Amino acid sequence: MNTVPRDPAALPRLLLTLLALALLWPGLSLSELDLTALFRPDNASVMGGFLAGFWPPAHDASFLQLLWQATLETLAIATAGMCLALLIAMPCALLASRALSLSALPRGGRPAWWAQALRWPVRGLLIVLRSVPEIVWALLFVRAVGLGPTAGVLAIAITYSGMLGKVYAEIFESVDPRPTRALLGAGSGRLAAFAYGVLPNAASEMLSYTVYRWECAVRASVVMGFVGAGGLGQQIDLSLRMFAGGEVASMLLTFLVLVLLADRLSRLLRERYT
Amino acid sequence: MSIRLDGVGFVHANGVQTLADIDLQVAAGERLAIIGPSGAGKTTLLHLLATRLRPSQGRLELLGEQPWTLSVRARQRLRARIGLVHQSPPLPPRQRVVTAVSAGRIGYWSTLRALLNLVHPLDSGGVRDELARLDLADKLFERCNQLSGGQLQRVGIARVLYQSPQLILADEPVSAMDPVLAGHTLALLNREAAQRGISLLASVHAVELALEHFPRIVGVRDGRILFDRPAAEVSAAELQALYANAQLQQAPAPAMAPQPLMPRC
Amino acid sequence: MTRLVNGLLLAALLLAVVWSFRFLDLEFANLASADGLSQMAEYARGFLSPDFSPAHLAAIGRGALETLAMSALGTLLAALLGLALALPASGRYGALALHASRLVLNALRAIPELVWAALMVLAAGLGPNAGTLALALHTAGVLGRLFAEALENTPSEPADAVRLAGGGRVAAFCYGTLPGVWPQLVAYSLYRWENNIRMASVLGFVGAGGLGQMLYISLSLFQEAQAATLILAMLLLVLGVDALSGWVRQRWVSQ
Repeated sequence: MNTVPRDPAALPRLLLTLLALALLWPGLSLSELDLTALFRPDNASVMGGFLAGFWPPAHDASFLQLLWQATLETLAIATAGMCLALLIAMPCALLASRALSLSALPRGGRPAWWAQALRWPVRGLLIVLRSVPEIVWALLFVRAVGLGPTAGVLAIAITYSGMLGKVYAEIFESVDPRPTRALLGAGSGRLAAFAYGVLPNAASEMLSYTVYRWECAVRASVVMGFVGAGGLGQQIDLSLRMFAGGEVASMLLTFLVLVLLADRLSRLLRERYT
Repeated sequence: MSIRLDGVGFVHANGVQTLADIDLQVAAGERLAIIGPSGAGKTTLLHLLATRLRPSQGRLELLGEQPWTLSVRARQRLRARIGLVHQSPPLPPRQRVVTAVSAGRIGYWSTLRALLNLVHPLDSGGVRDELARLDLADKLFERCNQLSGGQLQRVGIARVLYQSPQLILADEPVSAMDPVLAGHTLALLNREAAQRGISLLASVHAVELALEHFPRIVGVRDGRILFDRPAAEVSAAELQALYANAQLQQAPAPAMAPQPLMPRC
Repeated sequence: MTRLVNGLLLAALLLAVVWSFRFLDLEFANLASADGLSQMAEYARGFLSPDFSPAHLAAIGRGALETLAMSALGTLLAALLGLALALPASGRYGALALHASRLVLNALRAIPELVWAALMVLAAGLGPNAGTLALALHTAGVLGRLFAEALENTPSEPADAVRLAGGGRVAAFCYGTLPGVWPQLVAYSLYRWENNIRMASVLGFVGAGGLGQMLYISLSLFQEAQAATLILAMLLLVLGVDALSGWVRQRWVSQ
């Protein structure tokens, strides 16, 4: 045998490489990627000066007071936003879930077509609510209600109600349906059937996810502050614009500590109660 | 002299003396089989010869060099001249056979060439010829996780043959194969080694296969060499002593029901 | 005893919620008033008739491509940087390198993409370059940690065998370790791309280019109709990338 065997993977690999190269060129030009921009003298000196200002981090009394207020504001935005989100999510989840369907009783768990169709609008609403990034909502609300924490609270309320609603509906559908079906079959109202049949089993999973989402909300609140929705983020944005490196350093450190604490608290609650 | 071991011993990390007082000389082009019960230290001996382990006592000379007195780079060059067939072939499951076998020559290639070969096999003809000797030519572009245990072992052997070393060390190279295939493969290994003038040391589990294919037999038990003689001169008594309290056959005999103790008056 | 603790905790939670609302002094009364609602309705009405004019759609097309390029190249850079940091972080080069690289990875991860974008705008100027770099840095932290875990859990025998046959370290890594972890590397990277396309859309808010920057501008100029089209475009882009990434993962990674 003197012929060289043909590699079946050669052509696909070649095509893939060519495709990657063909996409790389416009990709580079569109994203204007330029790592050297970081090292250009005027940029580097700006960044260097800014970073030099990081040390020491600002720690004068009035600034620390401001920092404390901003942190509390961030926590408050996250908590209030989650509370509102819960108020919207619970009814939506109850409406969207198939767990409380009366038409499903004689059909072994699958609701009739018209019962499914009635649930679609609610499900669609939940999808739309959670697909648009919360920061977009924040920006919209800042334009509508002005700068400050209200925009942040509303943005979290809307986006997270979509996330909570979808996950709650799935949790309701994943628990054992028999107690609920028994109750519904015995003529109980849907809300009562939910409270006695679904809630006891679903409660710990719901709590776990809600606490996890609260932790995400704390981080999101800081990020939304950049578009004027109050809290720590808004302060970081202001200090960045003023090139106050020391203040930005303190605030970044505070942010890191806040995120760490929120993570610990969330883990503690989840371990204790689920 | 291809291999020379003088008083070599090895102490395991947990303090157990796995090998002691090993004296062995192998001329260039010689072929020998290492036999012995499980846990005797056959694998340890082969790994010492492959420079994977460092001897705790004694002097080791391989292909004219003392590997542990060399620099790292020189030792790597020496290792390229020694091929180890592993008991369980260390081949990534999703790698294709052609790449796995061609990896045998990485010791001779520049890094650039090795990386290019990864993307597109540069010598698939040579690899195919090597696999053809082991009846695996049709598996050239298959992935390793599509092969059986015996086929994988043969790929491991093909890799070492492709490496064209001066010394082949084989650690139970046919353990996953049926007796017919095992005999066939050992015959092939011996034939190739004889043709290319390669020294061959193989540890073999089945004594009959060892006696049939290898001109020289070394018996190892409890970390020591019990006997070292030509295959024709190995006596049944020596084999008995080697495997005392162990099974001679590869397949374990069915357990016998315990005999009731009959009192004799 | 546990009942008491649970009860106290519940009370504490409720107190925290009530305090939050009081602290923020939210002007819900104002919002919910007839005046406030009509203002909101007026604002919302502007969004109900999106601008589909060809000029605007062309601009959106370019912005979408910019955002797509940002997310793709940012993720690619992040994968390379993440792999480079994952090697020491998996313990290959000793304890000092392990802790140092893990510290770097954690720092990169902890800072949100938007903050990175703001910093990069400062360091490299306005435009999509800042966004790409920001995504690359943050995602490198995420991917680096995932890659390090994958490298730790992969068997070392294949690479050891190549080294034992005289191969160099680079070749041993590429022939022995990389084939084993490759599917995981690709899967994680594709999954992060799905996340990054969402982030790339909003990084423009701090000046990092793409659809986000266009949205910020049109909202600042109170051009609700244009903003509505932009938000729709963002949604389509996110759904498209999700679908593409899912298809690639299914076709080539899960085997």
